[in-house]
Amino acid sequence: MIRVVLPQHLRTLAGVGAEVALEVAGPATVGRVLDAIEERYPMLRGTIRDYSTGERRAFLRFFACEEDWSHQGMDAELPAAVADGREPLLIIGAIAGG
Amino acid sequence: MSGVRVLVGTKKGAFILTADGTRKDWTVNGPYFAGWEIYHVKGSPVDPNRIYASQSSGWFGQLIQRSDDGGATWAPVDNKFVYDGVPGMHQWYDGTAHPWEFKRVWHLEPSLTDAETVYAGVEDAALFKSTDGGASWGELAGLRGHGSGPDWQPGAGGMCLHTIILDPGNEQRMYIAISAAGTFRTDDGGGSWKPINKGLVSNFMPNPTAEVGHCVHHVAMHRSRPEVLFMQKHWDVMRSDDAGESWREVSGNLPTDFGFVIDVHAHEPETLYVVPIKSDSEHFVPDGKLRVYRSRSGGNEWEPLTAGLPQQDCYVNVLRDAMAVDTLDECGVYFGTSGGQVYASANAGDKWTPIVRDLPAVLSVEVQTLA
Repeated sequence: MIRVVLPQHLRTLAGVGAEVALEVAGPATVGRVLDAIEERYPMLRGTIRDYSTGERRAFLRFFACEEDWSHQGMDAELPAAVADGREPLLIIGAIAGG
Repeated sequence: MSGVRVLVGTKKGAFILTADGTRKDWTVNGPYFAGWEIYHVKGSPVDPNRIYASQSSGWFGQLIQRSDDGGATWAPVDNKFVYDGVPGMHQWYDGTAHPWEFKRVWHLEPSLTDAETVYAGVEDAALFKSTDGGASWGELAGLRGHGSGPDWQPGAGGMCLHTIILDPGNEQRMYIAISAAGTFRTDDGGGSWKPINKGLVSNFMPNPTAEVGHCVHHVAMHRSRPEVLFMQKHWDVMRSDDAGESWREVSGNLPTDFGFVIDVHAHEPETLYVVPIKSDSEHFVPDGKLRVYRSRSGGNEWEPLTAGLPQQDCYVNVLRDAMAVDTLDECGVYFGTSGGQVYASANAGDKWTPIVRDLPAVLSVEVQTLA
């Protein structure tokens, strides 16, 4: 199981706690994890990735094992510690706004 | 007993204000979707329990929420707004070409005849339609395909399609308005569109009377006379008596003809309401006084309505979708401010009282009159 920590607003929208656990088929890439999130929680479609471009929304970042995975591309494989559930993938909203 | 339900969208959530037909004692429910920008909330005229809300965020994009029980509970429906075909280019602020990019839904207009059908006006400007209660959306691409799109330009708030008016007597006819492109009309259910901006003069444009490029802020209609339209333009209050084919100015004795909102009395089609704003560089009311202006003659002659409204040290704005009227025997008028107040008048504007004073900045106000 892959663990994912969602931003507060997306937890509220999906009706989940701070962390969700997901089965991901095949290699654990950012794109596959997001596919699994959107499959399980369809109300999150379009909130993490832009519908038109498929790209990460500008004010969100991905972190895993204390490293920034935001710019690695959707096909980059996440660290083994994320793939086997020892560490979560963190989806972080920019700390900004009024 | 009759009652009213006021649907308020704010910068940080939605609120639902309810009262019986006396409109004296109010219940405030919310915030719904706390922390999100709620550009618009509107109920179906066919089924008042069906309400649609536009929920958006700079972080998480656009969602559409739907309630089937009058706002007690909500569920997200489809939020996939993808332009039909190659989106194309419009003008950026500096006049250079810029690609069409979806940003948010500004306005939701439920059908007058079918609770499952709803229209969405979006930024960058386009019109979408759902015929399944928001479960899926498709663009009415004939609007952007009109051919003038490369000349459309964003206003300061973005290039938004903010006004959708459905003709109650002709299902094939509707009007939309875009900042800053102008007003358009379809007579074939959204398949094809024509700009209807003759008579508008916008001095910020290289050609002040061009066919498109006008910053129309809002348009209103009385359902008994769908060929008569009233417009609050960036500057100028305008009127058309021929379904938008031509416009004439009716600003008359207003202290300033800049503003955003305009609305029509529910039972008197020649009675109009606007809230003059000092200027486009100072988006607040003139002289520190919050005044609604009413014309009982279809424009030109205006009277200030001040009873119950702050007349000193007030510097709020009233945005384009933030005024509405109910249809009770004595018409109620409602508006919300950038300062978070929602004011109501149960006597057509003669006297105002705040329903609530300290909401987040109000983006939109709609009213449902309940049997």
